[in-house]
Amino acid sequence: MRISFAEGLARAISESLAADPRVLLIGSGFVGLNTEARALLEPALREFSDRILVAPVSELALAGAGIGAALAGQRPAVDLSTGSFIFQAFAQVVNEAANVHYMSGGQSTAPVTFCSLAGMRGAGAAQHSHRTQAMLGQVPGLQVLLPGGAEDAYHLLKWSLLESPNPTVFISHALLLAETAELTEGAPMLPVGQARIRREGRDASIIASSITVPRALAAAQVLEREHGVSAEVVDLRSIAPLDRGTVLKSVAKTGRAVIADECNRSFGVAAEIAATLAEEGLASLKAPVRRVTVPDVPVPYSPPLEAELTVTAERIVAGVLHVLGRP
Amino acid sequence: MRTVQKPDPAERFAAMLRIRRFEEQCILLSRAGRFPGHYHVYIGQEATAVTACAALGEEDFVFSTWRNHGHLLARGAAPDRMMAEILGKSGGYARGKSGTLHMAVRALGVPSTSALVGGSLPLATGAALACKRRGSGIAVAFFGDAALEEGACYEAMILASLWQLPILFVCENNSIPPAQRKRGQYTSSTLPAARLADVPQALQLRAEVLDGTDADALAGGFERLAAEVRSGGGPRFVEVRCTRWPGSFPLWPELPSGEWKLAWAFGQNPDRADLAAWLEQSDPLSLYLRKQVAAGALTREQAQALDARITEEIAGAVRFALVSTYPAAEEAYRHVLAEGGPGR
Repeated sequence: MRISFAEGLARAISESLAADPRVLLIGSGFVGLNTEARALLEPALREFSDRILVAPVSELALAGAGIGAALAGQRPAVDLSTGSFIFQAFAQVVNEAANVHYMSGGQSTAPVTFCSLAGMRGAGAAQHSHRTQAMLGQVPGLQVLLPGGAEDAYHLLKWSLLESPNPTVFISHALLLAETAELTEGAPMLPVGQARIRREGRDASIIASSITVPRALAAAQVLEREHGVSAEVVDLRSIAPLDRGTVLKSVAKTGRAVIADECNRSFGVAAEIAATLAEEGLASLKAPVRRVTVPDVPVPYSPPLEAELTVTAERIVAGVLHVLGRP
Repeated sequence: MRTVQKPDPAERFAAMLRIRRFEEQCILLSRAGRFPGHYHVYIGQEATAVTACAALGEEDFVFSTWRNHGHLLARGAAPDRMMAEILGKSGGYARGKSGTLHMAVRALGVPSTSALVGGSLPLATGAALACKRRGSGIAVAFFGDAALEEGACYEAMILASLWQLPILFVCENNSIPPAQRKRGQYTSSTLPAARLADVPQALQLRAEVLDGTDADALAGGFERLAAEVRSGGGPRFVEVRCTRWPGSFPLWPELPSGEWKLAWAFGQNPDRADLAAWLEQSDPLSLYLRKQVAAGALTREQAQALDARITEEIAGAVRFALVSTYPAAEEAYRHVLAEGGPGR
């Protein structure tokens, strides 16, 4: 069955509400402005209306209430809407949720899911275009799930809602909502914490996550068709936990690494992957790693200015040609 | 169905005194260099925690702040494990990982303690949401007056009121009156509101003021408020007016005139005049003892015997904490993520 990313989210939420009475929704957006997904979510929102809370624009307390309810035995999902709004809730997400298990010496757990629809979505300008995964990856105690495809949107969100014992930030990308993938009913999911090889290749590894996954796949096609280059695409799927092993293995095979990451260049996810390769994979590298990232500037509104900063398939192609010494 | 055990005066006095004696030892241990870092003591507010927790049952949740020792003791936490935690020892509730700031005892309904001003209010609101879902229990959030300077407080009150949650917000107002504020003191809130209980009312959150120096009035108030919240009456807010103990004015707590003496409740004055005035007008422990003895509900001899017992109990807690070992280095890596989750 082919489903869209947004349908994957809607399906995960509906099935989780039905499967476990401890699942609560604080807010009810979750799938953005995607009409089909909203229609898919609608029956569950009606059926389980007693577990869906009307949420005022109080991100800090909504996040905190999710944590508190989780501490008291529920499994809440908090809709934090546009990804940048998680900053309004940072004190609770970063300084409470991430710390409760540790500070209590293992007595308490907070299995809460913070849902956020992040990324450079087009015309979001500086305050609605943030990518927060690298910042959140700096917070021990949080899981940061970052699906790059519809099947992972479904599996990872359902795992977070029903099984995770820890607080999770689940980051969807606004431009991924309409992307589709094949979902096999009842098939087991690739375990959380394992990267997915989206495409096998021999000449270079493209390490991608979230929105850069479909762009890396598009780049790999162009590379094959127009340049005779066989690129492998690794989809990280989660930033915390981070599957360093699969990245190292892929680069050991190809000898070259391009990291496609929508975070800002400095201290981003790409920087951590590059550091891992420098520390543990240097012997495999035939060329220095290349980061294809967003320059260290705020995101501007005007479409050509935003395009100037975007991690596109073309820029990924250029990055791969560069590490192959074919500029 | 839970039943509130009405404590007799001896029990209530003992519960307040246990907090006082515990906090005195904390101050002495800090001054002796036995534990690093800043800390906050509950001296002068004992009646609030003791009477509020007496109105609670096992299924209820309590959320506290950096000034949590009194709340935890009133909830039934073991002084020896608390003291070990404060000293950063492996015998503590979090094996030394929380220290004084984040002390929590999940088994007593205190799942996590935030030392961020206003940090616990949203958490308590969420616990109240869980109580409402399961149809039993209430949540109590203790916090200081400065929490009203934080946005978290307003957002939590909005949710509690909008969702009609079973939560009791207990604001322990121990702010220093403007006239007594001096440079170099520990900070006090600077809210432009004279009556904090006025603030929540605009959000349809019923609020009132209680006298933090009067344990009997507090007990009646908390019993009534907890029952209202428990019976689905929605959230309540109470401002408890406390008067800051002179030992909590300086940047680091101190014991003016040493440890509390029973005789101070009966006319003997300590050498510090500000302390004498505070004991006379504002100390819930001294005032309660004097009142009960005057009423014939408790004798001085009984009180003395209780004091001897509690002093020994706390001395035992100090001994336990001092001999408890520091955690092994590996402990730093434990409990980052709960078991059953993926590694990182």
